Amino acid sequence: MSITVRISDDALARACGADELATAFERAGASVERVSSWGMHWLEPLVEIDGIGWGPGTPDRVAEIMAGGAEDLCIGPIAQHPFIAGQQRLTFARAGRTRPLSIDDYAATGGWSGLERARRIGPQAIIEEVTQSGLRGRGGAGFPAGTKWRTVADAPGARKYVVCNADEGDSGTFADRMLIEGDPFQLIEGMAIAALAVGADRGFVYLRSEYPDAIRKLGAALELAAQLIAPFDIELRVGAGAYVCGEETSLLNSLEGKRGEVRAKPPLPAIEGLFGCPTLVNNVLTLAAVPHIVSEGGAELYAALGTGRSRGTMPIQLAGNIRHGGLYETAFGITLRELVCDIGGGTASGQAVKAVQVGGPLGAYIHPDQFDLPFDYEAYAGADALIGHGGVVVFDDTADMGEMARFAFEFCAAESCGKCTPCRIGAVRGAEVIERIRRGERAPGPIELAPQMHNTVKTARGLREQIALLEDLCEVMRDGSLCALGGFTPYPVLSALKHWPQDFAIRALEPSDEL
Amino acid sequence: MHAGREGPLLPILHAVQAEFACVDEAAEKAIAKALNLTRAEVHGVVSFYHDFRAEPDPRPTVQICRAEACQARGVEALMPGAEAAAGDRVRLEAVYCLGLCSAGPAARVGDTLHARLDAETLATVIEQA
Ligand SMILES: Cc1cc2nc3c(=O)[nH]c(=O)nc-3n(C[C@H](O)[C@H](O)[C@H](O)COP(=O)(O)O)c2cc1C
Ligand code: SF4
Ligand code: FES
Repeated sequence: MSITVRISDDALARACGADELATAFERAGASVERVSSWGMHWLEPLVEIDGIGWGPGTPDRVAEIMAGGAEDLCIGPIAQHPFIAGQQRLTFARAGRTRPLSIDDYAATGGWSGLERARRIGPQAIIEEVTQSGLRGRGGAGFPAGTKWRTVADAPGARKYVVCNADEGDSGTFADRMLIEGDPFQLIEGMAIAALAVGADRGFVYLRSEYPDAIRKLGAALELAAQLIAPFDIELRVGAGAYVCGEETSLLNSLEGKRGEVRAKPPLPAIEGLFGCPTLVNNVLTLAAVPHIVSEGGAELYAALGTGRSRGTMPIQLAGNIRHGGLYETAFGITLRELVCDIGGGTASGQAVKAVQVGGPLGAYIHPDQFDLPFDYEAYAGADALIGHGGVVVFDDTADMGEMARFAFEFCAAESCGKCTPCRIGAVRGAEVIERIRRGERAPGPIELAPQMHNTVKTARGLREQIALLEDLCEVMRDGSLCALGGFTPYPVLSALKHWPQDFAIRALEPSDEL
Repeated sequence: MHAGREGPLLPILHAVQAEFACVDEAAEKAIAKALNLTRAEVHGVVSFYHDFRAEPDPRPTVQICRAEACQARGVEALMPGAEAAAGDRVRLEAVYCLGLCSAGPAARVGDTLHARLDAETLATVIEQA
């Protein structure tokens, strides 16, 4: 009998050469099974033979690995590797263990039992259990899932929709992608349970176009599962490269075939959403947590994990300049120090950690002095920071935080939907102010000097005044923006300014200008 | 093919973009007519999204991720070399995140993804595009 080799077909593993490696093993006479990724990205492509792992594998090491050698690459039993053994995987319980598009593998590992039970216990009990589990939205805002489900269920309307937000635009995040590529049936099952609970007969998944592998796999999985979830029916829709379409009302406009402009709330999508009908919008991870929660005793188990009002587990994504990057699902409450220094092993470059951005482009930059902050929605909010979708991006000491602050504005300007002024114009002006501060410019520009510009300052500004201007602008954006794109861009900017002022004013500091 | 769908405009635009490498004025007019919209409405949608182009570009495209996690892994230092390798032959496009953020710098050519790029491998990706 030939050796069975397991290699992931996740997009990251493939981008690191998994396909070439699989072909090399086949040529050498092995039979290759393509499975989901364990989430230890620094080891991809990871080779698994009888539970033992080697990584990262390359075609020239195939013979050695098959002979049980290649000790420098061998990590021993994968499931016992500290990175895996330390996790509490509920949503990612199948990661590394099943073939993503095998409906048999899915059923053999407890798949569909949540849906079966949901059909038995009915909508009221489902919503009670989701509420009891303490599950909160994993897309960013952390809104209690049970409350939202109840609102949609109670909203009057003959037609209701379930929409899965798979737009995952935040830099440093990939858990939605890994879930869809690695365990697509779990998302489908979660959506089917949600549909049952709120009384929807149609669902959409809005998946970003930057994820070609996820698009292909989810399309295939939806076909395979169509009979099992009928009469509920799910259609896959592909985004078109707009970050703001991850915002739920913009997403709904996009689904309707409109410009992805944000809608004012109220009305809440739960009452008046897609095509004006009550609509449940949830993130991939929120929906994928549901089959486990709705299984026998699942809600209690979920609620027993975590801390404060952050219950259950969070699939945290370790990214950027980190030695051991990948997917780390664990109960809430873990500190950044544990995540970055212990589990993540510090920076990939070997330099000191300078900053960590948690929660995507709208999240604050966190200084190593704050590394005892527990992963918890309220604790982060209290520190003017954001858990968001759980992305943790590490920067080493070569990072220029003034440049990162400028980039935050540039990104906001590029991705603004244009609906409200503080964001549309403020983002552009913010980038300009930072550039001016960093260039050490004092004099007003030609536009400010123009006679038509009645209320601009015509005299030279000191550094202190420029910074006050920047802080003012941030306040206007925070308080005056319609959605969190404009409203939260001040977080990365102000946190960078607060902790690394020297990165803003290197060439601008004057003796009279102490900060 | 899209007739029975709810809110069919985006799938139609994707199909047109894939087939003709752009959504030009003529296409906008035809789509507007078929969906009983004005051309302005269709144009408003086309111009909102980064994925749709008004004119075809005969050059091959390489998308390079320029978002925070890839910046933290040094993508900006690779850009001058990438631009030199691209010259006039290849179109370089910035994208914000390909979901490979633990293994950047990352790039995409068609539906093929590349990760852990350095100056040399990125140049090769661009030359082979
Ligand atoms: C600019 C912006 C981008 C967002 N992007 C996403 C996204 O990519 N994925 C997501 O699930 N939620 C995103 N959200 C949050 C959604 O608006 C919404 O809160 C979420 O989809 C609700 O689902 P949940 O309760 O399961 O988190 C974004 C919000 C804003 C303001
Ligand atoms: S804050 Fe920006 S993205 Fe959000 S609604 Fe206003 S203009 Fe649009
Ligand atoms: S930030 Fe570059 S792939 Fe995510």
